Amino acid sequence: MVGEPLSPARTWETNQILRVDHLSMRFGGLVAVNDVSFVAGRGEVTAVIGPNGAGKTTVFNCITGFYKPTTGRLALFHGGPATDAEVDGVTASGLAWGKSQAGALYLLERLPDHKVASWARVARTFQNIRLFSGMTILENLLVAQHMSLTTSGLMNPVAILNLPSWQRKQKGAVDRALYWLNKIGLVDRADDPAGDLPYGDQRRLEIARAMCTDPVLLCLDEPAAGLNPRESAALNELLLSIRREHQASILLIEHDMSVVMEISDHVVVLEYGSKIADGTPDEVRNDPRVIASYLGVEDEEEAVAVVEAGA
Amino acid sequence: MMASDPAAETTAPPADARPSAVTGALKDAIVSGLLTALLLTPLVGFRASESGTGSLVLTYRFGLVAIFAGIVMVGRFLLMVTVWNPNRPPRRVSTTPGAMARIGALAAPAVKPVFFSFAILYPFLSILMAGGLSPSRYWVDLGIYVLTYVMLGWGLNIVVGLAGLLDLGYVAFYAVGAYTFALLSTSVPINDFFAGTLGDGFWTAWAFWICLPLSGILAAMWGVILGFPVLRLRGDYLAIVTLAFGEIIRLVLINWVSLTNGGAGISSIPPITFFGVPFDSSDTGFASIFGLEFNSMHRMIFLYFVILGLAALTAIVTIRLRKMPVGRAWEALREDEIACRSLGINTTLTKLTAFATGAMFGGFAGAFFAVRIRFVSPESFTFMESAVILAIVVLGGMGSQMGVAGAAILLIGGMELLRNLSFLKADFLFGPDFDPSLYRMLIFGFAMVAVMVWRPRGLVSSRMPTVFLKQRKAVSGSLVKEGHG
Repeated sequence: MVGEPLSPARTWETNQILRVDHLSMRFGGLVAVNDVSFVAGRGEVTAVIGPNGAGKTTVFNCITGFYKPTTGRLALFHGGPATDAEVDGVTASGLAWGKSQAGALYLLERLPDHKVASWARVARTFQNIRLFSGMTILENLLVAQHMSLTTSGLMNPVAILNLPSWQRKQKGAVDRALYWLNKIGLVDRADDPAGDLPYGDQRRLEIARAMCTDPVLLCLDEPAAGLNPRESAALNELLLSIRREHQASILLIEHDMSVVMEISDHVVVLEYGSKIADGTPDEVRNDPRVIASYLGVEDEEEAVAVVEAGA
Repeated sequence: MMASDPAAETTAPPADARPSAVTGALKDAIVSGLLTALLLTPLVGFRASESGTGSLVLTYRFGLVAIFAGIVMVGRFLLMVTVWNPNRPPRRVSTTPGAMARIGALAAPAVKPVFFSFAILYPFLSILMAGGLSPSRYWVDLGIYVLTYVMLGWGLNIVVGLAGLLDLGYVAFYAVGAYTFALLSTSVPINDFFAGTLGDGFWTAWAFWICLPLSGILAAMWGVILGFPVLRLRGDYLAIVTLAFGEIIRLVLINWVSLTNGGAGISSIPPITFFGVPFDSSDTGFASIFGLEFNSMHRMIFLYFVILGLAALTAIVTIRLRKMPVGRAWEALREDEIACRSLGINTTLTKLTAFATGAMFGGFAGAFFAVRIRFVSPESFTFMESAVILAIVVLGGMGSQMGVAGAAILLIGGMELLRNLSFLKADFLFGPDFDPSLYRMLIFGFAMVAVMVWRPRGLVSSRMPTVFLKQRKAVSGSLVKEGHG
């Protein structure tokens, strides 16, 4: 445990990459996510935690475009945070994106899922691993580079004729895949089908595949689920190195508290579709409502009383 | 103790198990025989036939029932003492690959070159075997017929095998290609226009070569038109809508009489030319220009090489596309569509390219069909055609080109072979009243069931990766998904 004192500066407030405003998602009569607002900081690891059925994956699916939120705004900033006026300007314009002083900003709720990935450069993994199991590990990483390889069209004549310029491009894509294979330690298995890998390797391959799309925000849905402690530690290392070396911001859903507390800079806690806490890992750890929802104290007031009495 | 029990005699120790297995088998065989006799007595034993006067006459055929029961009894007994014998030592599973596997591994790299050289040499071989140009007509024609289905199978393989979209209406694109060529080549205004500008006979001579790309483009366009509304559907729903689309095209062809001449079809389509040189006995014909004696088989052999070229084009383009991002995206789509979208792949566009590419090759094949038969009618484009082409793809192993080619040869060639089983009419077999061609579809069905039992993933069940780092290893079929998304 890192016994860092509470940082007074909430860095995510000033250097935002994603801003979720009043996000709600209803499925018929069921309110899965109810008026949730939070921000994720650039270059930071933001964890979304909560008991089962709290709406974490629904928030994720809204951010990555797989669900259209019932209400709410999801603003993603490229380059640097945009001002409130710029965000409101794009919101009023009715467009899905606009330029900002620092770069560009995208309103994710207005983009279809594949454009969230290709334009706004938000990559994701899945709770139940979704690899292309009948394709080799190398092929999986090449499919991930589809967008950068098809900038000049799907049926590019240069590619069909296999001209030297195309071969160079292809070589670059294989090199990039190799870089990530080295990083997750699977170079020796590059020519094996992805479906043959052990579970822990499949998890890391899925993260590598997402990173091959060159994202600004990487969303991981329970990356440590089903991993043993050793694999879990390797995962922490991989995520920290991604943050350190690739300037990618990470948003993750996790149940494994060792992962959450060790690597995240900022924790958002959801319960029954609402946000109940938001802060540094230490702040959240000591929050009475979080303790209540995690330790399962029967009466919430009782828990608050217990904590207050203890303090 | 057990030793004193008389029942222990029958459940003897495994050392001398032979006699108990035989008695068990005998018992089993008798029961099976009795059951067969019981079942067949009402079904086969009584036969009501019409007498000359119109009244029904009942004849008894208990002898036949006894024969059937005997066959079942003997067969069951033989199976029980051999293959199904419980005491048979379990088959030794060797860790080293068997002789067949080793031969297969050695022969694998040679399969493609051998296949293509055979395809190129086939007309000459059939001329040699048949002993002359004219007698080889049947065999060359059969080659053209099979290759047409190889090409159609390869075209549909893009949609079903690679992209994993179940298309039951592929024949629609075949029809679009055929009618495009048929309508354009017989069009009087176009003929008159070219007669006025480029001389008489230009259109007749060049129609096929000009219409061939047009047929492909139009078929691809129809693929996109069909694709836009239906590609949001998945699985069975997509299959049903494509099936309906195939039927719509056929019904339009039947009912739009003013354009397509309805069910009577379009005839007098100009024959294929050797790039403008007609295959006729005139002085400007193919034979006299090349100093050959005129023979109508020249055109047939040329047709063979045209379809071989078209099929090869299909194969080469598919191989190339598979190694490109778009081909990888097709296969990724078959594996997991949601993962594809999370990687930024526009799945609608990717599906449309697969549909359009597959349809284009269907269109080429259609134009070829029209120029070969020189007559098109809606009857040639029934659902049965779609089903046969799909059967070729499934039987071949979805995604595998060699498998699809093998399946086309097996299915189409095999069905054709069944037409020629005249030796079965010999007196000692089935007698002169027997018509083997009547049983074609029955045997076809049995063959399909048998192949699907023994090789559920088709003839070639593994997938070859499109790129490799150190070593290209086949991916087992059990990991590859079938798609239908």
